Amino acid sequence: MTTVENAAGIAGTSSQTRLDRQSVTGLVFGFLGVALIVGVAPAISSSSRRFNFEPPPDPAGIGFDPPTWVIAIGVLFLLTAALGFAPPAARQWAGPARLFSALAVIPLILVLSLALSDNPSTNIVNLFNESLVLATPLALGSMTGLWCERSGIINIGIEGTMLAGAGIGYMTYATIGDAQSTGWLWFSILISVLAGGLVAALLAVLSIRFGVNQIVGGVVINLFALGLTGFLRSEVIVKSGITTGVGTSEFGLPLLSKIPVIGDQIFRGQPIYWLMYVVVIGTWVVMYRTPWGLRVRSCGENPHAAETLGVNVVRIRYQSVILGGLIAGLAGAWFSMESQARFEDNITNAAGFIALAALIFGKWTPWGAFGGALLFGFSRALGTRLQFLGVEVSGFEIPSEFLQALPFVVTLVVVAGAVGRSIPPAAAGQPFHRSR
Amino acid sequence: MNGVGNANAGVGRAASQVHRFLNEVWRLQPLYVSLYAILLSFVVGGVLISIIGVNPFTAYWALLRGMVGGGDQIAGSLARSVPFIGSALALAFAFRAGLFNIGAEGQLLAGGVTAAFVGALSWMSDLPGIVAIPLILIAGTMGGAIWGGIPGVLRAKTGAHEVISTIMLNSLVLFGVRWMVNSRDPVVLRDTDSTVPRTDPISDTAVLPELVDSQPTLHVGLFALVGICFVVAFVLNRTTFGFEVGTVGLNPHASHYAGINVNRVIVASMAVSGSFAGLAAASEISGTNGFFQPGTFFLMGFDGIAIALLARTNPVAIIAAALLWGSMLSGAPLMQQEADVSIDVVRIIQAMVLLFVAADAIVRYLFRVRELDQSPFKAKSIEGAV
Repeated sequence: MTTVENAAGIAGTSSQTRLDRQSVTGLVFGFLGVALIVGVAPAISSSSRRFNFEPPPDPAGIGFDPPTWVIAIGVLFLLTAALGFAPPAARQWAGPARLFSALAVIPLILVLSLALSDNPSTNIVNLFNESLVLATPLALGSMTGLWCERSGIINIGIEGTMLAGAGIGYMTYATIGDAQSTGWLWFSILISVLAGGLVAALLAVLSIRFGVNQIVGGVVINLFALGLTGFLRSEVIVKSGITTGVGTSEFGLPLLSKIPVIGDQIFRGQPIYWLMYVVVIGTWVVMYRTPWGLRVRSCGENPHAAETLGVNVVRIRYQSVILGGLIAGLAGAWFSMESQARFEDNITNAAGFIALAALIFGKWTPWGAFGGALLFGFSRALGTRLQFLGVEVSGFEIPSEFLQALPFVVTLVVVAGAVGRSIPPAAAGQPFHRSR
Repeated sequence: MNGVGNANAGVGRAASQVHRFLNEVWRLQPLYVSLYAILLSFVVGGVLISIIGVNPFTAYWALLRGMVGGGDQIAGSLARSVPFIGSALALAFAFRAGLFNIGAEGQLLAGGVTAAFVGALSWMSDLPGIVAIPLILIAGTMGGAIWGGIPGVLRAKTGAHEVISTIMLNSLVLFGVRWMVNSRDPVVLRDTDSTVPRTDPISDTAVLPELVDSQPTLHVGLFALVGICFVVAFVLNRTTFGFEVGTVGLNPHASHYAGINVNRVIVASMAVSGSFAGLAAASEISGTNGFFQPGTFFLMGFDGIAIALLARTNPVAIIAAALLWGSMLSGAPLMQQEADVSIDVVRIIQAMVLLFVAADAIVRYLFRVRELDQSPFKAKSIEGAV
């Protein structure tokens, strides 16, 4: 594996003659701003549109005029572009302006899609909630990746770990609880979590004890989980005849769900969805606010230095990878016992890889990864919504696949370093050998 | 990685006798780990089969007959193996340059959709087969090469790690082809007469000649992909480019100072590597399916990783490893039919093979296989990574 790292080093040094990154983003925003004001705003329908905050019968909401909003966002982009080339004194505002402009892309997409559809209104609170729900397995999966990679173990087996959790959990639920009983449901979710931990332990043994290439270890996990869950499905679940059942039920958070208009939409949800927030916040607290978290991060950056300071690198790596696996198991339970109460082959459908993309998009930080997961969840929710609204650009219906593919393009751009380069933990992927 | 233990004396002593014999007769030493990994995986699979109450020998006997039980079965197994040769070569070639191309999955899709597009062009039916067939194969190869070249360029120009960029590109191309094949308004590549999403059938002139009417059809693509393996072996071992690829793989810094254009080698290796996946996809489209469906190539790229590692990235050994892989998948339905064992057992066995090949310390310990000092299969360049 060292050879691969070396090649990265050489490729990196030869690319110093790149265009200054700030000017590139400045130019892009400038171009977009001009295009929005001159090209888009006059072209779209100026009839009033409405963002609703609740479901149909007489919903609360705000009406707006699409061209005005498009022009406003265009001006914001132009300002950002100008700040990129401003004298040094004003440069301190360039960073926040870029961030603000990047965030403004989301309202821009919403305004544009409603302006281009025949429907005058849509419920955006519901869209927001759908994004969050769809982001649940992605956020959990990216926390798995975070724990593994910050401790120095690359995990491309998140997908397989989730799948194993989903399959083994549902199998337990179907065979013990007939997929009907609430008590056994919780027990089965626990089994999912443990199954995830067990699969991750396999990755840990392979990559830590045997020094196997971690990418290969991940591929083993993915292939193995696909075979194992397929086997369990056809030999146990199908033969038991219980292919669907009752999943987790929604509940409202006390007090918060009583908030008028939005409370009942935003603060109602299923348990694994709520646990996702606990996991994300917990990950941040443990990784950045506890000594153990600091040790984990040190193992991922410079394990030999960590060892010199008395950190047991091998043990820390085992702990982090298995902790990550437990989280992935919970994500698996989301698929087979919360989103729907059934298991089918390859039910996770590449969510593990999307979670990995979210992690990289978020530059290997908890909040960044969570933001990445939200972006992917949003693009999926929006894709469905646009089809529902029938959004057309000059007679051409925007396919949901485009929106779903968009975050991958953004991640690719981030990895390539065009906008805010994403750099992995220094020691990720390198086997560690105790020095004596 | 010093797995040669002093314990487990019984198995070990017997094994070393067998080793000595095998080594004198067939010089199989470099393959020991792979062979034992296969053996061990079948044992694990057998345990699993017994747990569900089936005699593993009954199941394996049915599997074996499904693989090589007759002319049709053998032809079917060969046909099933053909694309795996390409996807495994895709990994193996990049690996020699120190690159981990896990994007064969996406390169297959890119190659397949390009081949299907070119094959279904209206003027293809006017061309004679001798022109049309190379054209569709070249189209697929180019599609794969471009999709493989992108991560190469990103790696060379920006240092973006190819593992990450190929994962992103796999998803991107999947969404892309899904849209092309699904969309009815506008129609991109969808066959509007078909109820399932797939592309228009390719022109008859672009269909690879059939060898045996087996299930799936055995076609001339077999020779093309087997031939490519020998070409790759020649290129890697006997040409300047092959030497550069190997040198960059072993030490890019030294290569840089020796005057090799490292970036050029990285981009070229990734593109060549992707072209093998593209060729495999094109031969499938042209010889077997006659049209493109995204689901056809599911997992084929990841299987390629396992096959390439099983063959220790040796291009000629890949032929044997791919045959094993494809025939197991081809034989599994008979096992399900006769012994009532889910075909997924084969998937589990295959994952175990990869596991034992990768964690060779387990195998070396159990069977007392020594590490090689010098291997004709260049095990050294592999050891660092596997």
